[in-house]
Formats: sequence, structure tokens, C-alpha cells
Amino acid sequence: MTSTLTPSRPRPPAQPATLRARRLPAYAAPAIAVAAVLLAAAVVYGAGIGGPVLVVVIAALLYLVGLFVATNAVEGRRSARNRTWSALIHSAFVLAVLPLASVVWTLVSKGSERLDGNFFGTSMNNIGARDANGGAYHAIVGTLEQVGIAALITVPLGVLCAIYVVEYGRGRFAFAIRFFVDVMTGIPSIVTGLFVLAFWVLIVSPWFNDGRPSFSGFAAALALSVLMLPTIVRSTEEMLRLVPAPLREGAYALGVPKWKTILRVVLPTALPGIVTGIMLAIARAAGETAPVLLVAGGGASINFNPFENNQSSLALFVYQQAGEASKYSPARAWTAALTLVALVLVLTVAAKLLARRNRLGR
Amino acid sequence: MGDTPHRSAHAGTGGTPVAMSHERPAGASARVAERSGNPGRPGGDLGGGGGLPRARAFGAERAFRGLTLAAGTTVLVIIAAIAIFLIAKAVPALRANTESFWTFEGWFPNDNPPKFGIGALAFGTVLSSLLALLMAVPVALGIALYLSHYAPRRLGNGLGFVIDLLAAVPSVVFGLWGRDYFAGPVADLSAWLNTYFGWIPIFGDGPYGSSILLGSLVLAIMVLPIVTSLSREVFRQTPTANEEAALALGATRWEMIRTAVLPYGRPGVVAAVMLGLGRALGETIALALTLGSTYAISFNILQSGGNSIAANIANRFAEANDTGRGALIASGLVLFAITLIVNITARAIIYRRREFTESAA
Repeated sequence: MTSTLTPSRPRPPAQPATLRARRLPAYAAPAIAVAAVLLAAAVVYGAGIGGPVLVVVIAALLYLVGLFVATNAVEGRRSARNRTWSALIHSAFVLAVLPLASVVWTLVSKGSERLDGNFFGTSMNNIGARDANGGAYHAIVGTLEQVGIAALITVPLGVLCAIYVVEYGRGRFAFAIRFFVDVMTGIPSIVTGLFVLAFWVLIVSPWFNDGRPSFSGFAAALALSVLMLPTIVRSTEEMLRLVPAPLREGAYALGVPKWKTILRVVLPTALPGIVTGIMLAIARAAGETAPVLLVAGGGASINFNPFENNQSSLALFVYQQAGEASKYSPARAWTAALTLVALVLVLTVAAKLLARRNRLGR
Repeated sequence: MGDTPHRSAHAGTGGTPVAMSHERPAGASARVAERSGNPGRPGGDLGGGGGLPRARAFGAERAFRGLTLAAGTTVLVIIAAIAIFLIAKAVPALRANTESFWTFEGWFPNDNPPKFGIGALAFGTVLSSLLALLMAVPVALGIALYLSHYAPRRLGNGLGFVIDLLAAVPSVVFGLWGRDYFAGPVADLSAWLNTYFGWIPIFGDGPYGSSILLGSLVLAIMVLPIVTSLSREVFRQTPTANEEAALALGATRWEMIRTAVLPYGRPGVVAAVMLGLGRALGETIALALTLGSTYAISFNILQSGGNSIAANIANRFAEANDTGRGALIASGLVLFAITLIVNITARAIIYRRREFTESAA
């Protein structure tokens, strides 16, 4: 790392005796920190304006100011800026780690309460407000089916679209597709839910269902595929661009037609990266609540058929349990959240590990 | 052309094709290359290719090309379909609305006559997202710099991996945590802010609880990993030569970051922030769980209340009748328009800046 370089500042010619710049002694920073804490505690408790949290906040501010002033006096302004920014960046890190650690800790400690066979083996059918048991079997089934169908729809579509953009597309049309794929990345999940609600549930599904609109897991899968499509197109596109041109040219030189070059040479080379992108997209889709809420409706009983009647999903289960009045529902919600996070993280970790083995690299 | 698949199969698997290609006349491969539409490789000048029949000029090539083109077009079709179907379902409800859609503060689309307005919702959406970004972005950039330039390499990589994982945590989890465990501390903070900074209008009176402050804090915590992981990627890609040049000229580490890393990463950071804004604007469940669900425009971010378009859709969907659904779809259309504008602006900035930095580099 270049970070070990400590730039020594030019000395004024009046003091040629030493080559090294004057440095703040090593004990200075801890000393300033202790002084800042003491001063902050004195101010906060003396004036009675807050508790320990405020002491920490004020101490941090005092420390930054003190550090700047001390360094400015001994080492000069540039060094003072350097140290203060360094301290700020470190404290930003600590500041962000606290809530995130709290989320993880709550998730694990609360989620493990109901982590039993009953939770994974039963649905919420006939579970009343006074029943402590009940589980997320139906929601797990729903999540797996919806995400699976969404992947079946999106993966071929997304990969073909990326192939068009990278290999065939020329000019304005290809640019328009790239641009709108980018734009599509930012479409909120609830809007895709509303779109499928307006299009599939309210307009198309009555044709199959005696004229009545019907929620279904398939509708949720459609909404999830609209969400997954741009992610998959983008990651596949990037991977295809990384495939070295000589590979393609070698295949052409051997007389292989272009489509076969793409299918047999380009795609296999880019495959690990493409699979990584697909898995990340699936992981994101599995955690979506809003579209499922709008078009699959949720439900308490096990429904294996994604084309008929309400289906739930893990994320929706968490949301619905969070809204229940029963005193047992928070535990169910947290355990379902833990299950969902575990599912998503397994997919994500697998995708990242696969990405590391990718020969194309970054 | 019965031999084509046979030959290509070997070419695809590698190994044998070198020998195979030597066995064939030069014209054969040139011919195929021409038919496959490979640009800049005219078959004629290698001899023989031009005279061969072109009638069946490669059905598979054309079919595959058509297939990819259709897949590409699907994206445009979907975007157009989203707009068309949302408008189609929203218009009847908007016609039935007896109050101004833009200014009425309330949501009674199921009543007769229906009354609903988007003003307070759009205000809450934008306010909570901007507050969240205001809190999250400086911290996220700090962490990204820490991970890329301050932390020891192994620690930085490990923590970066953890941050990537946190970016994948579903929003419903953050919402649940925010409502059940974060609301208490935030209520205390609200009371404290009101006591000592009550003279600032945004820190008004209580009751405290499910406020815009809570919602935007939860949003900030959610957006943080996303912005961090994207900007860390950008910062890490700063050319080492630039960094070393800055250090060699006597820059301190902060000066190196300011002169080499930040300018290089600016377009990427803008992209990351815009992506975070897009996430925050469209965030549904976390806000549905943490906002107070009222319909008033108020700058008092401490008071229980606040609402957002997406959260309102999630909260009111179950009870909605036909007009109610139409009204929610109309509000979704507004959200769609807002995010579309934000995204298109962001992309325009990124495309322009990218050209700029590439030409400058």
C-alpha cells in the first residue's frame, strides 16, 4: 500500500538541523480524547441537558476540534486537515456500524425464538390470535414458486436482451434499449406491483376465472420479473463486454457463424459472471414485499398452485405478522425475517464466491 | 449446408478445430463468415465465396438475431405498458374525484363521492427521501473511503463484503426493526431536539413516535449499504498511478483523496447517490411500518405522522374498492413519474460526466 508513505513537509531553510518535520507526540491523540470526554461529561451533566449519548456526541466534536487545533499548532495546517478528516472518516464508520449491528443482533436474537420444526412445517391456517404455534410453510412455498417462475421468465429474456445490446445492436435503437434498461433499474417495486395489478389481475385474469379478477402467485412472479429484468440485463451486458474480442475473432476465423459463436464461445466464457448477476437479482426479488402484497394477496393456507388463488411469500408473511395484534405474531415475524435473510444471504454469498472464481475478473 | 453444425460443434468445444480448419478450403470459412454477417470481412476477395448460393443464407443466424431483438424490444414494451396500463386504470378514478388531485389533503377514494389528493403524499415521499439521503450520503462516503483507503486491505475487503451483504437485506426487515426497536430511541431524541432546538421550525412539538424523522432514519440506514458499496467500488478503481503521483508530490493522505480519488470517482458517486434516491423514493414497506400515515403537509419532522406514496398504497390497498384501487394506481403513476424524472436526470448526468472524465483521463 502507498499508505505507508509519510510525506515529510519541506522545512524552512532557517532550521537545517533535522530532516524530519515536527510531529505531534504519540500520546497527544489519546490525551485529547480523554480531555474531550471529561469536558463533555462536565458540560452535559453540569448543565443537565442530556445523558451518555450526548456526552459521546459532544466528546467526538470536541475531539475533532481539539485535534485540529493541536495539530495545526505543531504540524501545520495541511497535516491538521489530514488528521481531522481521517478522524471524521473513522467516526463515520463507527456511526454507521452501530445501527447496522443492532439490526443484525435483533434479527438473530429475536428470530431464533421460533426457529423450530413447527414453524417450518405448518401454515397459518386456522391459527387464531391466541395460538402460539403456526408457521411459514405456505410462505416459503410461495416465495420459492414465485421466484422460480420469475427466474424462468426473466433469465432467457434478460440474457437475450443483453446479447442483442452487446453483439447485434447498433445505433439509436440499441442505445434506447440500454438507456431504458438503466431507467428501469430505478422503477419502484410498488409500481411494478401496480402495473401487474392493472394489467394481469384486473384485465387478463378475469378471462380465466369466470370474469372475476383473481390474485395469484403467477401475477407476483410477473411483477418480480419486471424487477429482475434490468438487473440481469445489466450484469450480463457487463460480463459479455468483458469477453476478449480475440476469442470471438478466433471463432469467426474458424468459420463458426456468429450465433453459434455467441452460444458456444462467448456465453460459456462469461457464464460465471452471468450466473452471479442472476443470483443477485433472484436474491433481491425474494426480499420484495410490495408487489406480492398487491397481486398475490397473501393467504394463510398452503397453496401449491401458483396460477390460482392467493399465495403468500416470506416477505409478505413478515409484513402481515408485523401488523397482527396477537402477542405471538412478533416472534413469527422475526423468525420469518431471519429465514428470509438467511435465504437471501445464502444466494448472495454463493453469487459473490462464484464471482471470485470468474476468470474474466474485473 | 449439412456439414456446418458438425464443424461448429468442434469449433465451439475447442481443441480440434485447428486441424479441422486446415482440412477445409479457405473459401469455406470465409463463406460462413460472410453469411453470419460478420462486418469487415468480405468473402469475395478470398475467392469462391461470392459465387456460392446465398438463398438459404443462414436461417439460424437470422432467427437468433430476431430472437435477441425481440427480447430487447420487450424492455421498451414493458416500460410503455407500465405507463399505458397505469394511466388506463387511473383515469376513471381521477374523473370520479371530486376534489383537486394535486392539493387536497386527504384520502377518501372509497367514499361516495370520492375525495383524494396526492399533495401530502408526494410531499412526504420527497421530504423523507431527501432527509434520508442528507443523513446517509456523507456517512456512506466516509465508510467507502475508510474501506478503500484507510482500513488495512484485508479488513477493508472483509468489511466491504459484509456491507455488500447488508445491502441485500430485504427492506421489510429494516421496517420491522425500525418500528419495534428504533422508535423508542428516536422518540427520546425527538423530545431532546424539541427541548433544545425547538426554535427551529422542523423540530416542533409532539406527540413523538412514528414520525418522518423515524422513517427517514430507517431509510438512511437502508440506503447506507447500497451507496457505500457502490462508491467503494468506484473509489477502489482510482488509478494507482494518480494516487502515487499525488503522494509523490508531497500530498498528505487527505490531499491525495481530495485531488486524486474524489474527482475520479465523482460520476460514480453521483450515480450511487441517485440510485440511493431512487430506492428511497420507491421504498414501501419500511415506510409503511414506520410512518404515522396522516394526510397533512407539515415540516415538523418530529411529530407522529407523515406518509409517502408507496407506503400509502401498501396501507390502503386492502380496503380499496374499484375507485380506491384506481386512486392508488393514480398515486403510483405520480411516483412512477417522479422516479422516472430522477432516473433520467441521473443517467443524463452520468453519461455526460463519463464522457468528460474519459476524455480528461
